[in-house]
Amino acid sequence: MKKENFLWNSIKTGMLGGSIALFICLIGMTEVFSKRDVIEKVITLGQFVLLATSVMTGLIASRQTSQLVGENRSLHRLTAGLVAGLMTGVVLALFVLAGDKVNIRAVFLNATPGLYNILTFEKGVSGVWVLPVISAVSGLIGAAFLLLPQAAQKPLTQATLFLFFMALFSGLFRVVLINQGTNWEKIAKYLYGQTGVTSEGALIFFFAVVIISVLWSWRGQSVKTSVAHLPKGGKLTLRLLAFAAIGYVALGLPQVSGPFIAQVIVTVALFILMGLGLNITLGFAGLLDLGFVAFYAIGAYTVGLLTSYGPFGLQHISFWAAVPIAVLVAMAAGFVLGLPVLGVRGDYLAIATLGFGEIVRLLAGSDFLAKYFGGPQGVIGIQKPCLGVLEPFVKIDVPRVCNGIELGKPQDIYYVAVAAALLIAFVAWRLRESRLGRAWMAIREDEDVAEALGVNLIQTKLLAYMLGAAMAGLGGAIFATLIGSIFASSMQLIVSINVVSLIIVGGMGSIPGVIVGAIALIGLPELLREVSEFRYLLYGMTLIIMMLSKPEGLWPSQAAKRELHHVEASTEAEL
Amino acid sequence: MSKRLFAVLSVLVLASMLFAACAPKATEAPVPATEAPEATEAPEATEAPAMYECTDPLGCVKIASDEPLHIAYWGVLSGADGSLGEDSKRGVEIAIDDKGGKLLGHDILLTTEDALCTPEGGATAASKLATDTSIVALVGSSCSDETVGGVATLTNAGLTTVSPSNTRPSLSAPDRGPDYDGYLRTAHSDAFQGKAVAEFAYNFLGVRKAATIHDGSAYAQALQQVFADNFVALGGEIVAQEAVAKDATDMKPVLTTIASKGPEFLYYPVFVAVGGYITAQVRDVAGLEEVKLAGSDGIFTADFLKASGPNVKGVYLSSPDFSAFTGDYAGFITKHQAKYGGSTLSTFHAHAYDAANIIFAAIEKVAVVEADGTIYIPRTALREAIYATVDFAGITGNLSCSASGDCGAPVIAMYEVMNDDPASWNPADAANPNPKKVWP
Amino acid sequence: MRTSFGERMLDLIVSGFLWGIRILIVSVIVIGTIGTLRTGQYTSEQWIDFVVFGVAQGSIYALIALGYTMVYGILRMINFAHGDIFMTGAFGAYFIATWLTNTGFVDANPVLGLLIPILFAMGIAAAIAMLVERIAYRPLRGAPRLVPLISAIGASFFLEYAFRGFFGPGKYAYPPIKALEGSWEIFGIGILKVQIVVTIAAFIMMAILYFIVMFTKVGKAMRAVSENKDTAALMGIDVNRIIVSTFALGAAMAGAAGVLFSLVYRQIDFFMGFTPGIKAFTAAVLGGIGNIPGAMVGGLVLGVFESIGPSLFLEGLGITRPYQLKDAIAYTMLVMILLFRPSGILGERLTTKKA
Repeated sequence: MKKENFLWNSIKTGMLGGSIALFICLIGMTEVFSKRDVIEKVITLGQFVLLATSVMTGLIASRQTSQLVGENRSLHRLTAGLVAGLMTGVVLALFVLAGDKVNIRAVFLNATPGLYNILTFEKGVSGVWVLPVISAVSGLIGAAFLLLPQAAQKPLTQATLFLFFMALFSGLFRVVLINQGTNWEKIAKYLYGQTGVTSEGALIFFFAVVIISVLWSWRGQSVKTSVAHLPKGGKLTLRLLAFAAIGYVALGLPQVSGPFIAQVIVTVALFILMGLGLNITLGFAGLLDLGFVAFYAIGAYTVGLLTSYGPFGLQHISFWAAVPIAVLVAMAAGFVLGLPVLGVRGDYLAIATLGFGEIVRLLAGSDFLAKYFGGPQGVIGIQKPCLGVLEPFVKIDVPRVCNGIELGKPQDIYYVAVAAALLIAFVAWRLRESRLGRAWMAIREDEDVAEALGVNLIQTKLLAYMLGAAMAGLGGAIFATLIGSIFASSMQLIVSINVVSLIIVGGMGSIPGVIVGAIALIGLPELLREVSEFRYLLYGMTLIIMMLSKPEGLWPSQAAKRELHHVEASTEAEL
Repeated sequence: MSKRLFAVLSVLVLASMLFAACAPKATEAPVPATEAPEATEAPEATEAPAMYECTDPLGCVKIASDEPLHIAYWGVLSGADGSLGEDSKRGVEIAIDDKGGKLLGHDILLTTEDALCTPEGGATAASKLATDTSIVALVGSSCSDETVGGVATLTNAGLTTVSPSNTRPSLSAPDRGPDYDGYLRTAHSDAFQGKAVAEFAYNFLGVRKAATIHDGSAYAQALQQVFADNFVALGGEIVAQEAVAKDATDMKPVLTTIASKGPEFLYYPVFVAVGGYITAQVRDVAGLEEVKLAGSDGIFTADFLKASGPNVKGVYLSSPDFSAFTGDYAGFITKHQAKYGGSTLSTFHAHAYDAANIIFAAIEKVAVVEADGTIYIPRTALREAIYATVDFAGITGNLSCSASGDCGAPVIAMYEVMNDDPASWNPADAANPNPKKVWP
Repeated sequence: MRTSFGERMLDLIVSGFLWGIRILIVSVIVIGTIGTLRTGQYTSEQWIDFVVFGVAQGSIYALIALGYTMVYGILRMINFAHGDIFMTGAFGAYFIATWLTNTGFVDANPVLGLLIPILFAMGIAAAIAMLVERIAYRPLRGAPRLVPLISAIGASFFLEYAFRGFFGPGKYAYPPIKALEGSWEIFGIGILKVQIVVTIAAFIMMAILYFIVMFTKVGKAMRAVSENKDTAALMGIDVNRIIVSTFALGAAMAGAAGVLFSLVYRQIDFFMGFTPGIKAFTAAVLGGIGNIPGAMVGGLVLGVFESIGPSLFLEGLGITRPYQLKDAIAYTMLVMILLFRPSGILGERLTTKKA
């Protein structure tokens, strides 16, 4: 590669980086994020994102010069980073200059004076040169980073990421720490400010991670080997200790963390339940269902109608008695849906099930059936589960009094939800290893061959639908009692899409994959509520990037791994 | 396999390890497998002070002399209905400014939480706010659905919230249940609004045959039903009650069905999207060229003009009567103009201002101030003080809270849209209001 | 094959159940129709109105459905983001149309005032679709079929919320064209001008597309690729280029549909593509996916049924507020088609090879 070429390349990379930075500005992210700090009084989240873009641009431009050889290689790499970073800044500066002349806001709503202020560091048009300079320096830093030895790169990256993570969740950590008492309150206020970490906290986090990372790379291997060389009994003890620690934390967590984290974990657990259900129909048996929310809705409405003391309650039975009924009703619904679509294959199946899900939602929310399901007013006054020795199974009295412990708060429902998720994960795991599970997988691979081998297609497929539906129904049942009211508007198509996505992102057919997928796609966005404005934008990006970089999922099953590599080997065999 | 499964479970709790490590007793050496985890109860959030003994059943908030007094706003801040919540949030911010940003010598800190206008969003937002024990009281939520989802969590956490814009009648019904103990509102109940529209249509416009459309939302469905019941009670006839889906775009078929019944008056108390489609398409349907149109506070916003186009001229909209506000509404608008530029975004900013001030007054009444500036706010006493609000001079009127949480002064007026340019939206303008108040 | 008694019973139950559903749906439709017609609530002009509204809506569905069906025919993939491509077209046209209207150009040249936004929308939609194909779909060719579907869902979210970020969550009113206000008398019945223009424009677009696919070199290449990619490649066809042009062509149709939609309904927002997208996919399946005339027929049938269905089928059954269930009619029709004729109205029977 010639020298001119590499400069031109860096300019192109820089302009691409600049376009990305401009995109971030125009969708309003910069301005919204500027209200949050990464390090208090030092750098806001908005600035951090823009700088990170410049650093990454510089890094990529510098990496593109890797074919270059010769004495000035390091110099070339640094130049490339500098130029790319500069170009990123120049694109933004040009945008500011253009915005000074014409009213960009007439089209792009987020080209606000506030944004210009951020980009010019509140100096007006005269401050337009500051950003390219900072950006160029960032690009240079990105390039210089590549010149560092591998041993230095890793701790630095880890420390920066950890600091970023701490800053993102600072509000959460702060509040939870403060709730633990006076001493913890002091620590919390030392480390975290209202909207980010403090400078002292930033230093502590950064160097702590660097030190740990360096120590680990120095001694980690020997720790691993010594663990691997432990005698069998020792390993078992270690594992038991780990389980005990996990169980201890899981049991105590909601009491320590307060309702919010418990609520988020319950939501994740509900999606895990749905995910495990769909994992049977889609992951094991290969039947794509885009209307899975229907079973969730059926479970929720069954519990709602059976236990509610609102105007639509039918029976006022206890939650514990209603749940099995809800599961059975959802199972029956799976049977009813399964029958007509049995013969439907491939993408027709996706759209038929989507239609079914929508029909259920429309009917539940319609005025036509409002006298049974409450229509738009929903089913309200759903009772909370009650744990009591003398709690009768079925109660008729209104209003009901709980004679034991009422599981009313999210922290209490947490135990119900997590226990249900664990139980169903175990059931799903046993199912997969069973004869039925192997029949499902045979159908997924090739229906005709499976049939020829004596698998009864109708029966096997129906069972997949029914068991999947039952698990989703259980999720819906817990949802009903968590929120205490159900509305048809909660049962949108987006829920079904979320479930399909979390299975694929986690790894199709893999039970741990469902859990990982639910945490990544449901849990993280719930925790990061401050950026809810950009939730689905980031969600969409994550889906695309995941599919491009790791299509087998975060935690693939062994079979999927093999299959995917096989497919890659014989390209386009599927088509 | 099981190894991996359990490893995943450890991932599930990995993040939470940190919190657990922070629990005072959890810092002990790893527990043996058999030990029951009884050491997990959280310590009391509020330490018993040396001088002031907190005897309140719901506990007290302690604010040290150098700490801010923390209140929160929850409501919809993003999405299609975001302007509703943003508008109320501004009302709260202006109320704080009017206090000079300080109460009892402490800075007022306002935290906001987006509740997304859904019951789940409300539940999550409420649980997040309930986690923060430094919060004294809240203003919110914006949408009634949010309250239905989140109110139990807030009440159980000993918090009290005053909503500026929830209008669902059941939220302040006498039989609303103990979950609503911590809930009051300064907004009017739709029971008043629907009645006002019916009276306006029957008495002022003199129409006798009316039709309604709702969009399947709980708000619209309830409101049009209240209207229909009152209209019939006055002696009018409801010729059609129709409904469309929230994401419907083609209104002509449903309007044709309504046209076949020959109404003189069409009431659609919906939100901006459906309201815009109906307004834009209604004049194209044979038989509805002359029908009088009316909506409610859900579309009392400039966005509605933007969505409807030229047909919007002459549409009647019901809303709280700004001219009946006994307080200094003009002064509020001036402050709003100075702080945010442009006119108000929606209807309930003044209600939010009043809600915040009711809370401030109650805090001042119950707070125990120590010599060093530390204050204690007992939660039950605060809640009772808010319920005990009588003849509070707010912008929206003289407010008194009922035992079931209604603090509003429900005076509803009908406004007529005079100009289809969204930029001209300013119902409070003295010379050239748009929309203009026409009744009463 | 071994079939036990239990299995045969199960088969019997299944087919009995299916026939039950078929009979139920047909009888519901027949009884509802008779019930409505007997009340005589609507005049014949109003029935014609219903059909006209339905045809306008249906021709827009058909235009969007073309993109689905073409991409499906060639890649066997549901391009979930196609509805959002439709939205990008509408937004692109909005800004041009507003500008042209404000300068008075549209009032002076109504035809150009209509054409320029359409062409602009087609260009924007095609460009964005090519970008999406390049970034999100091309690297996944040959991956298991769910992988591109999820990527498409991601692209759909990304487009929606990027546009929401650019232009806000609010609604925009598409500027009306003065020349299209009012109605024309056709056979003594007043029909809105805009409906007529939109329907005709949609049919012209479809005719152009049909011509391109059937008679041009690119079109032939497209059909060849959709038959068999490897063979097509051996015949000297640049498969990648053909796939890109398929995306671009389908997107251009969706972009044009975006403008036509805006003309009829006069309101656009970032989420406007979602529901029409799903409806159009339903239309494509109704007509027989992968089949271009099928998409047109499917779109029209769906549009007309949605418009006429609530009053014709449901009102007669005494169902209150039937328009709330309009979408349910669309999806019930879909299930019905899949029950009676799984390959769609015009589709060939799929071979047992998985679609």
